[in-house]
Amino acid sequence: MEVQDRESLGRWEGLGSRDAISRTEAMENIRQDVMRRVETIRPITTLAPASKSPLKSDLNDILAHLLMLTKRCPFDDVKEQCVRILQGVQDLGVRIPRPLGNGPSRFIPEKEILEVSKVDARTQSIFEDAFAALGRLDNISLVMGFHPQYLGSFLRTQHYLLQMDGPLSLHYRHYIGIMAAARHQCSYLVNLHVNDFLQVGGDPKWLDGLDEAPQKLQQLGELNKILAHRPWLLTKEHIECLLKAEEHSWSLAELIHAVVLLTHYHSLASFTFGCGITTEIHCNGGHTFRPPSLSQYCVCDIANGNGHSIHHNDSLGNHELCGEVEVLMERMKQLQECDDEEASQEEMATRFEREKTESMLVVTAEDEECVPSRDISRHFEDPSYGYKDFSRRGEHVPTFRVQDYSWEDHGFSLVNRLYPDVGQMLDEKFQMAYNLTYNTMATHKDVDTSMLRRAIWNYIHCMFGIRYDDYDYGEINQLLDRSFKIYIKTMVCSPEKTTKRMYESFWRQFQHSEKVHVNLLLMEARMQAELLYALRAITRYMT
Amino acid sequence: MEKMSRVTTALGSSAISGRTMFCHLDAPANAISVCRDASQVVVAGRNIFKIYALEEDQFVEKLNLRVGRKPSLNFSCADVMWHQMEENLLATAATNGAVVTWNLGKPSRNKQDQLFTEHKRTVNKVCFHPTEVYMLLSGSQDGFMKCFDLRKKESVSTFSGQSESVRDVQFSMKDYFTFAASFENGNVQLWDIRRPDRYERMFTAHTGPVFCCDWHPDDRGWLATGGRDKMVKVWDMTTNRTKEIFCVQTIASVARVKWRPEKKFHLATCSMMVDHNIYVWDVRRPFIPFATFEEHKDVTTGIVWRHQHDPHFLLSGSKDSTLYQHMFKDATRPVDKANPEGLCFGLFGDLAFAAKESLISSDSNRKPYPGGDRRYPIFFFKKPDQTEQFAHVSSALSVFETDLDSNCMDWFVKTAQLYLLCGKPFAELCDHNAKVARELKRPQVSTTWTMLRIMFSDPANLTPGPNHPLSKLGTLPLMNSFNMKEMNSGMGAESRLERSKGESRQDNLELGNSLISNNNEDNEETEGSEGQAEYMFGDAELDDDDLYSMEHDNQTEEQEYTLPQEAFQLRHEIMDNPSAPEHLQQDKADSPHVSGNEAEVTCLTPIESFSLISISQPLFTPQLPASFFCPIVRKMLSYYAEKGDVQMAVSVLIVLGERIRKEIDDLTQEHWYTSYIDLLQRFELWNVSNEVIKLSTCSAITCLNQTSTTLHINCSNCKRPMSNRGWICDRCHQCASVCAVCHHVVKGLFVWCQGCNHGGHLEHIRNWLKSSAHCPAGCGHLCEYT
Repeated sequence: MEVQDRESLGRWEGLGSRDAISRTEAMENIRQDVMRRVETIRPITTLAPASKSPLKSDLNDILAHLLMLTKRCPFDDVKEQCVRILQGVQDLGVRIPRPLGNGPSRFIPEKEILEVSKVDARTQSIFEDAFAALGRLDNISLVMGFHPQYLGSFLRTQHYLLQMDGPLSLHYRHYIGIMAAARHQCSYLVNLHVNDFLQVGGDPKWLDGLDEAPQKLQQLGELNKILAHRPWLLTKEHIECLLKAEEHSWSLAELIHAVVLLTHYHSLASFTFGCGITTEIHCNGGHTFRPPSLSQYCVCDIANGNGHSIHHNDSLGNHELCGEVEVLMERMKQLQECDDEEASQEEMATRFEREKTESMLVVTAEDEECVPSRDISRHFEDPSYGYKDFSRRGEHVPTFRVQDYSWEDHGFSLVNRLYPDVGQMLDEKFQMAYNLTYNTMATHKDVDTSMLRRAIWNYIHCMFGIRYDDYDYGEINQLLDRSFKIYIKTMVCSPEKTTKRMYESFWRQFQHSEKVHVNLLLMEARMQAELLYALRAITRYMT
Repeated sequence: MEKMSRVTTALGSSAISGRTMFCHLDAPANAISVCRDASQVVVAGRNIFKIYALEEDQFVEKLNLRVGRKPSLNFSCADVMWHQMEENLLATAATNGAVVTWNLGKPSRNKQDQLFTEHKRTVNKVCFHPTEVYMLLSGSQDGFMKCFDLRKKESVSTFSGQSESVRDVQFSMKDYFTFAASFENGNVQLWDIRRPDRYERMFTAHTGPVFCCDWHPDDRGWLATGGRDKMVKVWDMTTNRTKEIFCVQTIASVARVKWRPEKKFHLATCSMMVDHNIYVWDVRRPFIPFATFEEHKDVTTGIVWRHQHDPHFLLSGSKDSTLYQHMFKDATRPVDKANPEGLCFGLFGDLAFAAKESLISSDSNRKPYPGGDRRYPIFFFKKPDQTEQFAHVSSALSVFETDLDSNCMDWFVKTAQLYLLCGKPFAELCDHNAKVARELKRPQVSTTWTMLRIMFSDPANLTPGPNHPLSKLGTLPLMNSFNMKEMNSGMGAESRLERSKGESRQDNLELGNSLISNNNEDNEETEGSEGQAEYMFGDAELDDDDLYSMEHDNQTEEQEYTLPQEAFQLRHEIMDNPSAPEHLQQDKADSPHVSGNEAEVTCLTPIESFSLISISQPLFTPQLPASFFCPIVRKMLSYYAEKGDVQMAVSVLIVLGERIRKEIDDLTQEHWYTSYIDLLQRFELWNVSNEVIKLSTCSAITCLNQTSTTLHINCSNCKRPMSNRGWICDRCHQCASVCAVCHHVVKGLFVWCQGCNHGGHLEHIRNWLKSSAHCPAGCGHLCEYT
């Protein structure tokens, strides 16, 4: 298994080169390899087509990878070559796979996403870099390609967290990623990292469940659970418990690394669901070898939102709701102008509390208890533990004042002290997400969106009980309408319940790129909120 | 003059005295400030806003400004400042963005005076003008600085920081109109209060946020800044281009910085995270804090000197809900605990050594660092400055550089190439090798070879007769006496892996001594200016500017250099390597040399030594068996090997061959061989290394030549390489090598005729060709077996 992986890794490596000649060379090698395999397999296939010999599945993996390349490779020459190889293989009578589902996202039409890289040279170059580094271009990156500035920062951070020098060993990092993503039942991320985990030499047994993993990682389960769903419950005792567990204890540096990874993947899971990221083509469930049957085709396409009928619906909806953007802009203008009408201090305090409690009452639309699929739930324990609202059952949680513990002043210093450079990268990423703007809203240009961005950011922090003294939480009510709040709440607190309907029902006139932008904001705000709670607990432990 | 009088009055009126003391607050403090006469301090935080009176030995709560049943966020203070002119006036910056002023003269319980809610975000800092009563400046997270006239309801001017959050604003102490603002993006801006449209000057001070800044109370142009990058920097603003003049590296992000009154170079800092101590730095000594206050249990959030002209009292508030008054005399002085000596190796073998001046100077007429390679010792001395409070400000740094040439291993390569290890009679080999060594200026080695020849040459070969050894020795001791002189000096050098040659060592010593004095004088002359050049750690050793005077000295020194007698004596003191006694011992057995050698130490003239030899000559017995010397030679070889010259050890081992081999255990031999071979291969001396392997008698070494030796065999039929076995081809399924005599496959030694390519088992072919001249295969070729 391992040997194969390494071998296959070597096989694809050359494709990432920026040099066209070496790409061609690598492609030629792959072609020969595939042909050789097809040759050896052919007699067997003709004898017993249904047989699942290891050779066959090996070939299938390669074919699936080739299929992925035809769709996702940023280099056109590689794409063409792959298409040609697949064609050739098919001509030899071997069944080739075809992608299930269309495009990287279930919510956003494929065309729109792929156009981006064609237009923007910067995006293209970032894609090429990412492809060279990982040998693939995942769907997340493709969707983020709408915002190349952010994407660069995101990939740099992620690469540093997973690949560069750090306190934790490589397979630990991926396993922690799996743990975190599994908390939200994000099969996409879990699959991705299961592959990576095995590739860096992780023990496949661990994947059977957290019980099989070392004691040390098991202990992290509790932190993972609390951070993902109720970070405000984190205390210094939790930290102490991890740091003082005799031979299974974590070092501070390791813990910081783990915490950053956990929060990163929790929030990335939010993004994945929020943008409806689809399974990677070359992963299980991303492709099929079955010939397309008519019925399946239809179902799949409609579900993926790429059918024409949906578009039709959209335009109808637009018609009804035109003016939504204008209303929003009008409100922003009003808020900016009439700041004389000063609310009393108590009023401000109650506004925060109201927003906090209200956010609890925003019901995450389809509240049916969805049982997590077994496959993923084995990576964590206590699947019933989820986001629980503060004020329910009367448990009172003291408000977290950002003026007393902020990322810029405190969190950064702590992270950078224990895990050098990461503080800097996270800081850049947060700022990038917070300050990103194109001064547009839907079709309107030259709009100052800072107010709206701040409202979204603070609303998310508000859901986690984090309060900004200098913010009037009344603004949130003015700017964020109910369907948007539902979306935010769902995405942040139980992302697995996000549906296409939710995605479509907020901000109908806005473009997809703007919705992705919102998702980025949500993701970063959530990550920062979790980080703040975790880091505060660590600081308290240290003092 | 005016200032002086004010000081005396100020000090006189309140007569500050006290001790280190603290009091518990109800809540964490965010900032503190003192009133002008240093009698009261205000503490502000999220849940606290109180005034304490500073009494002789305790804090007494005077006033709680946080009134009302449910105090509003206006009471949640990020910063507080007490006006330095008007003792009833306070200003606070609230976390919700309000700027509030308080009038203590108000009769009601609520002392709130004015409320400005112009900032959109948290206000990080408020600052009163040092001389104007009604002027207040604020800096906020929303990126604006506002100047308020307290007689008006709203701000008189707004300064925009282009939406970068303002972390600190400070009015200049001396320039009436100037204030400095520090920003979250690392910039510091200078503004003129009259010109709100544009800053006067901007520069990047830190990477990451600049949390604080402070103007020097006396020096017009100095501004200290502290940032998240853990640095405190002092900037000189008087020049056109802002210049960084000092930089202090701390261990955590710097939250506050305050110049110490009356001390030009001192400032106090506290950090925002992790580190709870307050440090007072002498900016000229950035590596170690001058004083530390370690009382707080959580991060210190506010520090202030109690009186603006008294450097001995420091007040601090902390997140651990305590308010402290620190007495300077109670501070811990980290410098007392610091190790006064430092030693470090450079990348290229340079050695730097720093120690207190007292330690160095006391024995500077000896050698400050015996045994080190003191090619170019550099000394920096600093005259103790009487005004300093540091106990030992001065220390000396010596850098011992290794000579580039001495590092080079040319001698090794040459020796390896030129040595003869076999192929000639023993005596000739020795002579040859001795000559090689002599030409490479390695007299000790050369002498060793010569001695070996004498020791192990078969006595029978020497012409018998009493005068022969004498005539023989007649040349030898002469050479010896000359060589030994060098050898003595050379020995020290060689003990340091042969880095430097004998001659050059002498003047080093001299040079070192003279340099000490030279630099001493130099420094005393130049040091009068400022304390800035005090520490030149680090750069010194590579910096040409620092070295040039030194090198100059060096040259002059060499010109007028004469070999001083003392150099030898010094040499003997440090020569603790075993070689000298060993040779004496060795020579004793070989009596004539002994006397020569001993004489050598006391007198330098060859003639005298010669005469001594002749006296001791009767002791000589030429009939000593060679095995008699073996223990000595063994020791000698181990000595060479241990001091790093494994080349010599191995060469002698090979040349002596059987004469010595049994004396040394196999493991040691093998060890030497492998080390030498390894060295040779690193210098890419493949031939020599091969020769050594060949000549070695250790089985472990000789087999080296056989490892990873692969013979690739092609099938004689299909010409394809044969992968699995040597005798059967996978492809054509034919046996490649069939014996022409017995027609069986040859699996062992295969011999074949180069003319007709036929062959077979070695034994068979040999037998066949004994009886027949033709090829056994019948091809008609006349094969020849040699």
